[in-house]
Amino acid sequence: MVERTPILNFFTHLILFAGFVFCVAPFVIVAIAASHNLKDVNDVPMSLLPGSDFWVNIKTAWTTADLGPKLLNSFIMAFGVAAGKVIISALTAFSIVYFRYPGRMLIFWLIFITLMLPLEVRIVPTYAVVTNVLEPYQTIMDLTGLSWLIEKISGVQVQLSLGLLNSYSGLILPLIATATGTFLYRQFFLTVPDELTEAARMDGAGALRFFVDILLPLSRNNMAALGTIMFLWAWNQYLWPLLITTDQSHAMAVTELKQLIPNVGGAPEWHIAMAGTLIVMLPPMIVVVLMQRWFVRGLIATEK
Amino acid sequence: MASITIRSVKKNYAKTQVVHGVDLDFASGEFVVILGPSGCGKSTLLRMIAGLEEISDGTIAIDGKVVNKLEPRERGCAMVFQNYALYPHMSVAQNIGYSLKVAGVPAAERTQRIQAVARVLELEHLLDRKPMALSGGQRQRVAMGRAMIREPKVFLFDEPLSNLDAKLRVQMRSEIRKLHRRLNATSVFVTHDQVEAMTLADRLVVINGGRVEQVGTPAEVYGRPASRFVATFVGAPAMNMLEGTVTLDGISLLGGSRKLNVSRAGLAVSSKVAVGVRPEAVRMVAPGTPGALAATVDLIEELGAGRVIYVDLDGAPFSVVTSEAVHPEPGSTIGLQFAESDLHFFSSEAGGRLEVFKASVPEPALQG
Ligand SMILES: Nc1ncnc2c1ncn2[C@@H]1O[C@H](COP(=O)(O)OP(=O)(O)OP(=O)(O)O)[C@@H](O)[C@H]1O
Ligand SMILES: [Mg+2]
Repeated sequence: MVERTPILNFFTHLILFAGFVFCVAPFVIVAIAASHNLKDVNDVPMSLLPGSDFWVNIKTAWTTADLGPKLLNSFIMAFGVAAGKVIISALTAFSIVYFRYPGRMLIFWLIFITLMLPLEVRIVPTYAVVTNVLEPYQTIMDLTGLSWLIEKISGVQVQLSLGLLNSYSGLILPLIATATGTFLYRQFFLTVPDELTEAARMDGAGALRFFVDILLPLSRNNMAALGTIMFLWAWNQYLWPLLITTDQSHAMAVTELKQLIPNVGGAPEWHIAMAGTLIVMLPPMIVVVLMQRWFVRGLIATEK
Repeated sequence: MASITIRSVKKNYAKTQVVHGVDLDFASGEFVVILGPSGCGKSTLLRMIAGLEEISDGTIAIDGKVVNKLEPRERGCAMVFQNYALYPHMSVAQNIGYSLKVAGVPAAERTQRIQAVARVLELEHLLDRKPMALSGGQRQRVAMGRAMIREPKVFLFDEPLSNLDAKLRVQMRSEIRKLHRRLNATSVFVTHDQVEAMTLADRLVVINGGRVEQVGTPAEVYGRPASRFVATFVGAPAMNMLEGTVTLDGISLLGGSRKLNVSRAGLAVSSKVAVGVRPEAVRMVAPGTPGALAATVDLIEELGAGRVIYVDLDGAPFSVVTSEAVHPEPGSTIGLQFAESDLHFFSSEAGGRLEVFKASVPEPALQG
């Protein structure tokens, strides 16, 4: 029930406004700090009137941290992870919902269990695998005596090696698997009427055709939502990129921000750090703004 | 055009059997309606023909070729679904043409065939719309167009009209009939609506509990129901049924208060039978007319052209359909008469039709 009285209206707007201030205030302070010069930003308390050095600071931050290539790296990584997650989880959910095969429920529960194993928990083995993707196979061959056999017969020592450190694949692939996305799709696929599946079968569409022609277009709102959330998540990754990129050419914007943070003994250039932060925040913000209408459409119009 | 042959087809879901050995033959170009109450297995049977449901036992052959193991697309069937099942993200034209697209028909030919189908179904002005922007009747027509465009050998309909309002349903009914005359493809139409079934069918298949009760033209099914189930299921209001016991010289009805003078022709004395008479076959006469049964009026249902009069016949519910302008008061007494030739006899236990009773005495058959 929706009640409308002037007093109630006033209070709901008050709460709304308080929430708005609570969310936006930090950003405003960052933006103001980014517009001060070295002296003003270190005043206590800092003046809340914007200074005049905004563009200068932005430029300094950009060149100091070499943000151009870093932003590109971040974008490639975040986009790759988001796209990978959207595709992989759609395929996984498709398989789980639309096919009957032995072990289906086992796979379902295995995926479910990975919810309890976020990257941070399994970071050491994941790192080990990425240093040499073929390591597990090498181990299996060693343990079964297969490599010994091959060495005896052909005289070649088996040494499988494929490292992904300092590469986009290494950055992206380990982050792609997603139980959350799989569940999101699964829930959606379960709401697609069976008759639609049967109509497609009568029309002669095979499984993959049905997936591409019917299911994917129907789940585009889902994809937009999942893609956006995962883009933001990947953009903000810190630990994994830090661990896996030792080489500057693959460094991420978020991890490189630390270059702008004043060192002990260095000049307290917080205005530059704040300007850099603003730059790094911008791309995810643009993505959210662009994708917002898909979100809203997904919420208000259910096509059935 | 294709004939369909169904031989002892069964369907099990895990432990429960829902179709118990069905044998049917549909001739080429025939319009067959499968009629039965909800949950009797009509859809299951249809979906087994379509290939959407696996056949547990028995065979289904289309044009003499067993199709048990064939995919739906290989069987040459098209299906119209109850909820239309249109693809919501495709325009009407795309919906209709999707099967051709899947089959790899070139775009130019596709457009031309979509146009042709749209013309027949009067959908030309709607081709660019999405299904969401269509009325129920229009969606129904798109669903038919989608089935038509492939020029299938067999049309399958699963209660395609049940989501339409009464007036539209009548209109779509005649359109389906017209379409069938024009395309002349073998059609199997599933419904639980008996008016729909009677008006559409060349031949009617009545199913109950996963078994075929009767196959015949609508007139045969109505006129000579093969079982007690068919007798009460087909026809509205339902056929009146009176329980009776075979006696030495006829049948005693209504707990012995009435007697029917028919030859018992071989039936054991004191075996139970059910005697049926259609409400349309009952004549209302003035109370006290010789040979008439006296009944008390309970309720009158006005139908416009006529009315249904529900009466109480010595405790048994009974109904009469009359087109005469008579309006007996509820609670008043009226007389009822019917000819022996209008009576149907069924075995009380098995429910099968009994043909042993022949007219042996002149009217009035029933004596009060
Ligand atoms: N997947 C299933 N598992 C178990 N039982 C099922 C399944 N599908 C259908 N049934 C059962 O099979 C029986 C026949 O179902 P069917 O859909 O053929 O009925 P119907 O005659 O089409 O009824 P309606 O007029 O309501 O559509 C029903 O009793 C139903 O409960
Ligand atoms: Mg059904």
